[in-house]
Amino acid sequence: MRSLKLLFLGCFLIAPATQAQSGGVLHFCLHGEPRTFNPILVDDEASENIRYLTGGVLIRLNRQTQALEPALAASWRVSKDGRKITLQLRTGLHFSDGTPFTSEDVAYTMKQLMDPQNHSATGDAFRSGEGAVDVQIPSAQTVAITFPARVAGLEQLLDQVAILSAHSPKKEMAVLGPFYVSEYKAGAYVELKRNPNYWKRDPQGRPLPYLDGLHLDIQRNRDIELLRFRRGELQLINRLDSESYVRLQKEDAAVARNAGAGLDSDHIWFNQIPTAPLAEYKKAWFRSAQFRKAISAAINRDDLCRLVFLGYAKPAYGPVSPANRFWFNSTLPVPKHDPQTALALLTHAGFRFANDELRDSAGHRVEFTLVTNSGNAVREKIATMLQQDLAHVGIKMNVVTLDFPSLIERMTRTFDYEACLLGLVNTDLDPNGQMTVWLSSGENHQWNPSQKTPATAWEAEIDALMREQATALADKKRKEQFDRVQQIIYEQQPFIYLVNRDVLTAVSPTVVGAAPTVLNPPAFWNVDVLQVRPATSELGAQK
Amino acid sequence: MSARQILRIAATFLLSGIVLLALAAGLITPYSYAHQFREVPNASPSATHLLGTDGLGRDLFARLLYGTRVSLLLAPAAALLSTLIAGALGGAAGFLGGWSEKAILAIADLSMAAPLLFVLIALRAMLPLDVAPLLSVIATFLILGLLGWPASLRVICAATRDVRNSDFLLLARSTGCGPLRLIFHQIFPNLRPALLAQFWVSIPVFILTEATLSMLGLGVSEPMPSWGNLLRGLEDFSAVGSNPGRLAPLVMLTVVVICFQIILPAQEELG
Repeated sequence: MRSLKLLFLGCFLIAPATQAQSGGVLHFCLHGEPRTFNPILVDDEASENIRYLTGGVLIRLNRQTQALEPALAASWRVSKDGRKITLQLRTGLHFSDGTPFTSEDVAYTMKQLMDPQNHSATGDAFRSGEGAVDVQIPSAQTVAITFPARVAGLEQLLDQVAILSAHSPKKEMAVLGPFYVSEYKAGAYVELKRNPNYWKRDPQGRPLPYLDGLHLDIQRNRDIELLRFRRGELQLINRLDSESYVRLQKEDAAVARNAGAGLDSDHIWFNQIPTAPLAEYKKAWFRSAQFRKAISAAINRDDLCRLVFLGYAKPAYGPVSPANRFWFNSTLPVPKHDPQTALALLTHAGFRFANDELRDSAGHRVEFTLVTNSGNAVREKIATMLQQDLAHVGIKMNVVTLDFPSLIERMTRTFDYEACLLGLVNTDLDPNGQMTVWLSSGENHQWNPSQKTPATAWEAEIDALMREQATALADKKRKEQFDRVQQIIYEQQPFIYLVNRDVLTAVSPTVVGAAPTVLNPPAFWNVDVLQVRPATSELGAQK
Repeated sequence: MSARQILRIAATFLLSGIVLLALAAGLITPYSYAHQFREVPNASPSATHLLGTDGLGRDLFARLLYGTRVSLLLAPAAALLSTLIAGALGGAAGFLGGWSEKAILAIADLSMAAPLLFVLIALRAMLPLDVAPLLSVIATFLILGLLGWPASLRVICAATRDVRNSDFLLLARSTGCGPLRLIFHQIFPNLRPALLAQFWVSIPVFILTEATLSMLGLGVSEPMPSWGNLLRGLEDFSAVGSNPGRLAPLVMLTVVVICFQIILPAQEELG
């Protein structure tokens, strides 16, 4: 009997160590219903997260080092013309249901990806020119994909392509990633279990992932998510706003994790569309680079970071965040908040400042309305602060908040607005992901979208540079060209960048191995090496 | 003097005091409601800032006074507008009866069935953008007034129907009173308590509706304060611990709504 007691005691003492090495279920939230489990059709955040957790990709972008790493493809080679990629696949791999993984699966996935009937957003990034994509499978472990024209950043794009099984009866539910979807209850949760056939092993040779599974509650309400995290019901929050972060930090500094300035930015722009229903004299202001630069100089970005984001944001001056280590143009000077410089620029552009009011050369008071989306407290605060900053140089700025559909209607159809404050979500490090923003013919070239020919010389230069970098072979050359694009944007300020928000997450102390990064998904990018150990209170209760 | 009368006098004094404070905001506080003292965000109450400052460093006392002016003056105006519409349509429906009554009540039912919030959002989006903030505020309350009549209409219609079927109206008709004389000398004086009650009831409803709209970012635009957008400061409830002054708009709203309820004519007084 005594030996039996000792045995029990021994079990409890070694249990934590064992569970820290493998096992445990990680709980966190999805902020919406996943619209699909088919990785080819993903176009929403929740489905994207499921794809990341379940999908096996040929080449993986390491979210921490921002370098590409072999995944299902042990090696790869891109042809000199940039149209063809030859991948050597790992051998002996199986999907979660046991179906063998071969080059046929890669060919099938590419076919599905490029099928116009599937309308795959992921596939759109690979459409480089007219003509079909050719996939050759010289052997079960070799695949060669040829595109009609060069696809810039091709290897990196493969990070988004989860390989489907060509033969599995489970179709897209058979996966090569660390987990597979075992249960889904609409509106409630998605349950994922460890993929017993996952190919990766840790440095000691133990199979990954460590976790037994993931329980993802579908919860749109961020306050409830935070409450549940504080109660210990969740172990991870993928993204936090700065107020919640500060609150958590006060309670337990160890759980609040700041990965630093992220890729996303908030910015304003002026409507430069020639056909916009605005007064001609206002259009002339908005077309003036001096005017835009003056606005930029008048904005106190440090105050925005300090007051709106409680210090958890960095001033932004250009289209690329310093978090994007390779593409960020670090040679551009950091401008200072300086109302005097702003006034000098305005005076040079023909404006007159008298009695705390700014007037143009025709005597019109400089006044405009900034629109932003309603219900977004952060943007409303930014707008309110801009009002005071611009009042210092005599500009009267009104703020109007509109529901999102109305705002989009004005931005894209009626063009009936003067200035707009919105954000840009960047999930792609490569500038090709921003083509529709920078090309003058692009729909997201928001200050003057869908131009037939570039309205200005500098937009024509950006067009040329963006097209050149998209077809250039060497990354160094591409970098030089995109650096020049950044410089033009810096000089012309079609978008006046305000801040890059810090990527804030929360990770429970019970989660081992978490190392949040600025790239998506920040808190669980390394989910295959995460472990969950029982909370201290649970251990106490057991003992 | 009954306890209710004493309460009513006290509530009237309190409400008048609040209105006076709001009207004299410029004399009471030296600060503008919009000025940001950025070096002292989220300051606790002090001699400099009586209720402290908000997250952008704006003086909360100044914002409360000016916000009271907006909410407390424009809400009665919206209530008056909606009561007038309800009175005219409800009175006509009750007086005319038959198909006219059915048609007007059907319109009211349809209006009540329409999701008010979405209608408000749509109407707000249709307004031109280059309107001054004050005009935008007035427009918000005007929309509230124009859309807030259906509930009152049903009450007024029922009250008018009672009057229409009353003996004294039959007597007036039999003595040869014309329709206009009937309306203005017989019906309207008898509807006055119901109309007044609807007016008083609507005021807090509109204040709270504006507060809801502001919580959604669709009410009074920044930097102009209203109780609604001041209440948004309570979203981060943890900040209340360091600055209880943030509760002031909530207290003010509660006090004013209670005062209105006390001042409101009681059921027996309406009868």
